[in-house]
Amino acid sequence: MQLSVWTYEGPPHVGAMRVATAMEGMHYVLHAPQGDTYADLLFTMIERRGKRPPVTYTTFQARDLGKDTAQLFQDAARDAIERFQPQAVMVGASCTAELIQDDPAGLCEAMDLPCPVIPLELPSYQRKENWGAAETFYQVVRHLADPSITPRGGQRKLANILGPTALGFRHRDDVIEVRRILDALGVEVNCVAPLGASPADIARLGAADFNVVLYPETGMEAARWLERTFRQPTVRTVPIGVGATREFVREVAALAGVDPSPALDGDGSRLPWWSRSVDSTYLTGKRVFIFGDATHAIAAARIARDELGFEVCGLGCYNREFARELREAAAEHGVEPLITDDHLAVEDAIAAASPELVLGTQMERHIAKRLRLPCAVISSPVHVQDFPARHSPQMGFEGANVIFDSWVHPLVMGLEEHLLTMFREDFEFSDHAGASHLHAGAPKEQTVTGQDEPAIGSLWTDEAERELKKIPFFVRGKARRNTEAFAAENDRAPIDITTLYDAKAHYAR
Amino acid sequence: MSIGAVPLSPAPATVGGADCAPALRERGQREVFCGLTGIVWLHRKMQDAFFLVVGSRTCAHLLQSAAGVMIFAEPRFATAIIEERDLAGMADCHEELDRVVTRLLERRPEIRTLFLVGSCPSEVIKLDLAKAAERLGAHYAPQVKILNYSGSGIETTFTEGEDACLAALVPEMPALPAGSPAELLVVGTLPDVVEDQFLRLFGELGITRVGVLPARNAADLPAVGPDTRFLLAQPFLTETAMALEGRGARQLDALLPFGAEGTTDWLRAAAEAFGIDEMHFNRVIAPGRERAKRAIAHSRERLEGKRITFLPDSQLEVPLARFLATELGMVPVEVGTPYLNRRILGRELELLPETARISEGQHVERQLDRVRADRPDLTVCGLGLANPLEAEGLSTKWAIELVFSPIHGFDQAGDLAELFARPLRRRDVLRV
Repeated sequence: MQLSVWTYEGPPHVGAMRVATAMEGMHYVLHAPQGDTYADLLFTMIERRGKRPPVTYTTFQARDLGKDTAQLFQDAARDAIERFQPQAVMVGASCTAELIQDDPAGLCEAMDLPCPVIPLELPSYQRKENWGAAETFYQVVRHLADPSITPRGGQRKLANILGPTALGFRHRDDVIEVRRILDALGVEVNCVAPLGASPADIARLGAADFNVVLYPETGMEAARWLERTFRQPTVRTVPIGVGATREFVREVAALAGVDPSPALDGDGSRLPWWSRSVDSTYLTGKRVFIFGDATHAIAAARIARDELGFEVCGLGCYNREFARELREAAAEHGVEPLITDDHLAVEDAIAAASPELVLGTQMERHIAKRLRLPCAVISSPVHVQDFPARHSPQMGFEGANVIFDSWVHPLVMGLEEHLLTMFREDFEFSDHAGASHLHAGAPKEQTVTGQDEPAIGSLWTDEAERELKKIPFFVRGKARRNTEAFAAENDRAPIDITTLYDAKAHYAR
Repeated sequence: MSIGAVPLSPAPATVGGADCAPALRERGQREVFCGLTGIVWLHRKMQDAFFLVVGSRTCAHLLQSAAGVMIFAEPRFATAIIEERDLAGMADCHEELDRVVTRLLERRPEIRTLFLVGSCPSEVIKLDLAKAAERLGAHYAPQVKILNYSGSGIETTFTEGEDACLAALVPEMPALPAGSPAELLVVGTLPDVVEDQFLRLFGELGITRVGVLPARNAADLPAVGPDTRFLLAQPFLTETAMALEGRGARQLDALLPFGAEGTTDWLRAAAEAFGIDEMHFNRVIAPGRERAKRAIAHSRERLEGKRITFLPDSQLEVPLARFLATELGMVPVEVGTPYLNRRILGRELELLPETARISEGQHVERQLDRVRADRPDLTVCGLGLANPLEAEGLSTKWAIELVFSPIHGFDQAGDLAELFARPLRRRDVLRV
């Protein structure tokens, strides 16, 4: 048993849901107990999808266990196919259903369903979310890709973009950027998968001349199979950062047999100039700690060192499947690799490295907040604010612009830092006041005084004062002002609990 | 469950309410949380308790998703994630659990009560957590009390996790010998501010011997005995109520304390049981009751005549529908609940209009078909359904907020009404 409060990854069936939800015309029948539907809200809330994930859960309960849960599964599968008319259906079990061993694959085989069935074996007690997504996508491709379709061999080359899923960190906008690059090179996109692809699209994967894998965590397994089966070469460079994007362009151009310059000239990349401008001088040698999924962490380390002039003082990932790649990158940066899914170990490593900037997941954001360190998010898992409304890719040249802004923003800007040093003794700039953008980390007593504490000769009874303290601090000031205005208006002194609540009722709307 | 155990309430004033209406019973996919979710608010209430779920990565992931940002403030809950090697042999599993508990209690020496919380995987492999709690409890007594309950999805729905937890506390409550002065017990987790308001009101009424379950410190459990009268502050406490009755306590029959009327009725049940003079009762509650009515009036204009559907979630649906129907003039179309305890909710059901469709259990697809056909003005549902329904043009109110926000009592009645009015107001103000 492993003691855990925070997990970087969900169980593997959540990975399968990320593939199903990304696709069109696919449905997932999941043998799972009541309660596992919680995972729906990751998609409807965090990613703000306006549709329910295409997942039917059997939601068995204790009273079903003595009876035939297999029958329950078959009924759910039949109902789901009738209701949603999918082009293909994925079937599998969550962790609890794995224990009761109903074998969804065998059960579906016996049912003679009217559409292709993709059985999923996702070992919940060994593997995790990313592995689940990769395995699911691989099974989808293996079952649906039509072996009779071969590359069309035309003048204009055709490529598949593999790996983007639902609930992926900036996957939506990365696809837009990569499409833009392929457009500039005159390469056509055959299929983006799984994001937005239907089973019919998957069937035609073989028509492409080569594959572009954006996220090895979710797409590489399928790409390897396509390499073997359809002899499609794979573009393995992940275009995060200016240098990596340039390499990516050259790699694609070489495979497509075209001139890379249309995508490289006037590339719209402002990072190189921003980074050279004198205001960025203070970034030189800033110590940065990087943690996330292996792909984003490795890309971030390269940008940090080569494109922003930081010093990488720590590098790690939570997904063991990519430990080898991460170790290689850590060796190149001369740091100890940190491969762990224990956030306490990450917290210890960050504290020990004493960085000036932390790049990580939502969890590192909270660790950094606790340690009062600036931080930017570079990888899943992320909260709702990292599925933004605005275009914010990580990939391509626009992605590099986004990265420059989002990493530098939490740092004190050069001029500001200069002033801070100059006016160190000034009350507004003192260390005690904290940096303006780290408002949450600033000492509370400075900001709260005045609006929260009772004035001398307070109108409030002690009891009412104590009651007021129970109101959350961020609305307490307003409650105090409203109550005092109400008391003055109605000539009520001193302010007791009744007045407090009378005022609350008065202002309720 | 027997009806006879409750003192019979006076005959219903409104004959032919929804109390005798047959509930639509449905089986199928249920879009609900499991009982583990209760930990998210229970651990905030019991400040010396720790909740250790014995389950899978899914359980840990659920808690993390439900707890949102709370996960980072040194929370007093965690998951012992069962791994492949634990499944190999049972003996090993108990040793592993002992190791995890030892490590945990070394790290958190301030913990006084540790709950081992069962999950679907631990129930299915029949890991005996009761025995583990007993074994570990003997080892750590008297510093740490170790208890056990199940929050698994196969056995509990959302708030039933609190019921299971409190029911596990009942045998630990000190005994109040027969013939003691009568005591009142308020049962169900309430936000501290609400609990204080109620205790103040009971004090003003002259009921001074009042205990609450759960107490803010799990180690300071109130006493219970044949002279205990208890009021349920929450509707979902079926098992806890039975356990308390098993120890001789008697349940007071009352509406749930939502809105001016519900709160009045709830307080009156206690006042009557403790022989409080009616004049005095009216004098004490009048200011709060008036305040509640004034605060509710702000939302009435927006909510009156609006049609509302509740999808099953917490068992709060029936009393909330009653509040919205009787005090705000809303029209309940369908009132879905994961479990309908007619004994606890009998008087609530009487007050619902006859036209309200009561449903118990869920077949989510068919229920959504009904929502689409009914097109209510407001649908109360979980977060997995809220945005998809909004995208179909239906206004929604997400249900979980009703469990986390202070909504009970006079001084929260306005806030409660506002929770339902806000999505409708928002729909009207947006011009995009």
